[in-house]
Amino acid sequence: MIRKLVSQQNTAPERSGWQSGHGDHPLDRFLKEGRIPHIWCSGCGIGIAFTAFVRALDKGQFDTDGTSVVSGIGCSGRAAGYLNLDTYHTTHGRAIPFATGLKLAKPELKVVVFSGDGDLFAIGGNHIIHAARRNIDITVICINNFNYGMTGGQGGPTTPLEARTTTTPYGCAEHPFNLIYMAKAAGAAYVARWTVLHTYEMRDAMIEGMNKRGFSFIEIVSPCPTGYARRNKLGSTLDLMRFYRDNSYLAEELDPENTALPFQGRVAVGKFVDKEKPTFMDMWDGCVVSKARKR
Amino acid sequence: MRAKTRRADPKLLTGTHFMNGDEACAEGAVAAGCSFFAGYPITPATEVAERMSLRLPQVGGVYIQMEDELASMAAVVGASCAGARAMTATSGPGFSLMMENIGLAAMLEAPCVLVNIMRGGPSTGLPTLVGQQDVMQARWGSHGDYEVIALSPESPQEAFELTLEAFDLADKYRTPVMILSDEVVGHMTEKVVIPPPEAIGGRSRRKRKPGKRGFVPFAPGENEVPPLVFAGEGYHLHATGLTHDDHGYPVITPDAQERLVQRLVRKIRDHTEEILRTEELYIEDAEVVVVSYGCSARTTREVVERCRQRGLKVGMLRLITVWPFAEDRIRRLAESERLKAFVVAEINSGQIAYEVERCAQGSVNTVLAGFMGGRIFTPEELLPIVEAALK
Repeated sequence: MIRKLVSQQNTAPERSGWQSGHGDHPLDRFLKEGRIPHIWCSGCGIGIAFTAFVRALDKGQFDTDGTSVVSGIGCSGRAAGYLNLDTYHTTHGRAIPFATGLKLAKPELKVVVFSGDGDLFAIGGNHIIHAARRNIDITVICINNFNYGMTGGQGGPTTPLEARTTTTPYGCAEHPFNLIYMAKAAGAAYVARWTVLHTYEMRDAMIEGMNKRGFSFIEIVSPCPTGYARRNKLGSTLDLMRFYRDNSYLAEELDPENTALPFQGRVAVGKFVDKEKPTFMDMWDGCVVSKARKR
Repeated sequence: MRAKTRRADPKLLTGTHFMNGDEACAEGAVAAGCSFFAGYPITPATEVAERMSLRLPQVGGVYIQMEDELASMAAVVGASCAGARAMTATSGPGFSLMMENIGLAAMLEAPCVLVNIMRGGPSTGLPTLVGQQDVMQARWGSHGDYEVIALSPESPQEAFELTLEAFDLADKYRTPVMILSDEVVGHMTEKVVIPPPEAIGGRSRRKRKPGKRGFVPFAPGENEVPPLVFAGEGYHLHATGLTHDDHGYPVITPDAQERLVQRLVRKIRDHTEEILRTEELYIEDAEVVVVSYGCSARTTREVVERCRQRGLKVGMLRLITVWPFAEDRIRRLAESERLKAFVVAEINSGQIAYEVERCAQGSVNTVLAGFMGGRIFTPEELLPIVEAALK
């Protein structure tokens, strides 16, 4: 009987990694008890974007029972696991189709995808454009740190030309995506870009995106001190914050086509798209269900 | 609808129909209360999607055609986590793409149903013609260790019934359940009788919602299966594809892996007898038992009947449940004094024959009647193999 598994242990193991001190901070109610500290490196921008999201939940008065966060794989993908909501840490690239299923099966849920540039635009690139095209009523928060952080700093679809990563040791020779241009072209109803320096703008964009009926896309330009910044000798996160301060400019009038992010170039920030467009469920109810019921 | 129907409940088209196996799968799903379908067109499974796109808006469900099968399966898992009875349908190449998120469904213990209308492979193979070559892929296709349930209908009627039942099994064991149909059954049009509502019964998914205080979402419950809870119910649960503890939080240790994966395997493996369904024909005194499933069982049935008419002691074991495998049944048959051999009749190079041989090892011979696909084998092709095994 090869197939009879001999149980090594039957009792649940001690909770590992469990931390005390929960409740000391007023925003702790948005965090799962015992899960902090997080895994992100010191100086990483994801924590700042994560805090902005928690503040958005607070300021926007979003119902924690009715809000769900879906992540893919990677550093940003770990955000879901810290939030005191229904959260799903899914497969690489598939956060958006998973969120699509979640949203369409329970349309009253507010669904947010919190993930990274590699997850959403390389392996998940096909999904984001189609979710935007369909105008699925979800909010996608994309942390763009120009490389694959979790696996040690490889190049990806957002790595600027000439930038060095562990897989572009001679400098990146591929043209990168401009994420907000892509989101707009694919049909997103709301598109914004901020850097992690813009904590309030970022928070307000998240609130606006979550309240928007339709597909909202928010790009957050973020430092990766361990991977990208170190290999490109960009200095500390503090140096990068100064860089964002000196080089970002409000460009809401600008066509997203002209907002590409060249290597250490200027960073166009702001809200680029905010339009009304029927969502997938609007069309489903209005154009499909109404006819199907008559048959 | 081509035949007499009673239009009382749009979910259940009670009556006698003339429909193909793909459509019968769709009707079985709708009868089970399936309210979400995500899919991608692929021959020979497209009719399932087509019928779901027609039927779901009539019954308050949602149909979405995704950009590919990766997305289809991911959306099904998402919908399942939101509380929908969710399904997709595909064939070989799409089945390969779905493997990634079948693993996610197994890990998140998200109940869902996946119809695979098998065609000939490998690769693009025979888009319009039959094969049964995805049997092992159904069992082992996604990486890592897990167990699934797979059911194989031999007729449109059974496609209806098994799809209906698949949703209950998926809920009971919190696992993806596969309908391993094939092009012959999928495209065959036959009489399908859809019973009245009282015969289907109420389909309650859980007895009660668990209490929220101190709730541990992945703690083993009845049959080692955690209770079903969904997004938006206030449990604030975290579900991850990473190895996790009973709380659902990632724990990357050998102990957590041992506990979790053992449970994922055992919740199905240890309940094989409850899950398993087989059909036995003339087994009692058989000297040769032909093991078969899906469309292959139709030819096998004819061969067994012809043998019996000639007084040859041949029986059939039809696997309605392909996975988990009927190993105890095979082992017991193999131990009987009178049995000379198993013949495994299937449209592949011996995927179930391997399993039968493993269970029969040392007791009786296992003979493969394997056909590579493109058509269903004829009784004349199978008969000589069975006759040889009798000698």
